Amino acid sequence: MSWTVIQQSLPIFEKAFWLTLKLSCYGIIGASLLGLFASFIRYFQIPVAKQLVNVYIELSRNTPLLIQLFFIYYAFPEIGLKIPAETSGIIGLIFLGGSYMAEAFSGGLDGVPKVQIESGKAIGLSNLQLARYVIFPQGLALSVPAIAANVIFLIKETSIFTVIAIPELTNTALDQIGMYYHTDESLFVLVIGYAIILIPLSLILTWLERRARYGTFGH
Amino acid sequence: MVDTLLKVEHLNKAYGTKQVLHDINFSVTPGSVTVLLGPSGSGKSTLIRCLNGLEEFQSGQLSFEDQPIKPTPKTWQQLRQKIGMVFQSYDLFPNLTVIDNILLGPLKVQKRSKTEALKQATQLLKEVDLTDYADAFPRQLSGGQKQRIAIVRALALNPEFMLFDEVTASLDPEMVRGVLEVMLNLAKRKMTMLVVTHEMNFAQQIADNVLFLEDGAILEQTPGKQFFTQPQTDRAREFLDSMAF
Repeated sequence: MSWTVIQQSLPIFEKAFWLTLKLSCYGIIGASLLGLFASFIRYFQIPVAKQLVNVYIELSRNTPLLIQLFFIYYAFPEIGLKIPAETSGIIGLIFLGGSYMAEAFSGGLDGVPKVQIESGKAIGLSNLQLARYVIFPQGLALSVPAIAANVIFLIKETSIFTVIAIPELTNTALDQIGMYYHTDESLFVLVIGYAIILIPLSLILTWLERRARYGTFGH
Repeated sequence: MVDTLLKVEHLNKAYGTKQVLHDINFSVTPGSVTVLLGPSGSGKSTLIRCLNGLEEFQSGQLSFEDQPIKPTPKTWQQLRQKIGMVFQSYDLFPNLTVIDNILLGPLKVQKRSKTEALKQATQLLKEVDLTDYADAFPRQLSGGQKQRIAIVRALALNPEFMLFDEVTASLDPEMVRGVLEVMLNLAKRKMTMLVVTHEMNFAQQIADNVLFLEDGAILEQTPGKQFFTQPQTDRAREFLDSMAF
């Protein structure tokens, strides 16, 4: 393994690193908002919308991101919907992540003890007030561990973007290997690149999980 | 002032085919303390929960201040400001501080002014001896302290009627006293109360009336003093004997 080769490839990997981070951020934020929205629809049992959410969740969770990306990037142009690669990637990540986030939020909301709901009712709270002051704050705190797992999962899923030629980390590494046969060096930098993102993030999320638990519970 | 605060007529409740409350009839006069006694599984909790709209029932009529209660979610939501309830488990909202727990109802449900509600809350906290804990979170409190706050939270809405469902049943023995004292003070101040409890000494002290329940039916309705010395039914006598050490 040659350090010179690594050094020379660093600028292009750096670009890929920031791109991976940027696409992950958009995807995760979008997926969280979509998931939150879907879980609220489920919580309030809004007719029709609730069924649509369920169909979406089944569809999104039971198809691979790879196929979802193919659809968005290669199939949609057939019906006149041409979407740039990076946007396709973000849309794909949101489509996939939204259902995972929805399940995480819903799990948290379901986890709020029944007696909390009853004691909220007992002081005269309306359903909306109950949701706003009691169920959602507690439910969202309960869902933090699952959300954290999804965040990590979604960042790793960006490696699939390589199939629609987005120059993120994995794509860049494969490119370097393909062009210069610098297999060892490229894979080494690739691993380091993901580790730099994921390890600190994982630590932060663990800290956040502990805080959320401590902030909410303790009978 | 009305003669009866709460009236229960021919209340029947079943879970599926299993009848859990049989033709319950009683009324509660303002300022009185009614104690609901009976063995486990006799339907005490189910009954008290019916009176706050937390359980539905198949037939029967409830009236509050001589007004028949239409059992809809809307009616109950309104009525719960007048009928407070405290549960067995310490059910404070863990995401809110003590003072926010107490103020949630007055501010959001009753839309009262913050200054006025806070003044009342502070006074109530003083009465239960927990002034210093206003800004604490529930997890920092002991079970007995939490339960006293739960009582304050219900009182902050200025209810006319208080329901207590075995509020000391899951407390450590040494915490029980503080909670019972709060309830005794309420009784002294002529708060109308319906109390489910297994603390017999306390029941004897506080009860103006006793309803003795078994298998979902009221076996006996007797003034408090008389119930503990001369119960009318053998079953009640047996129950009292079994509770006495």
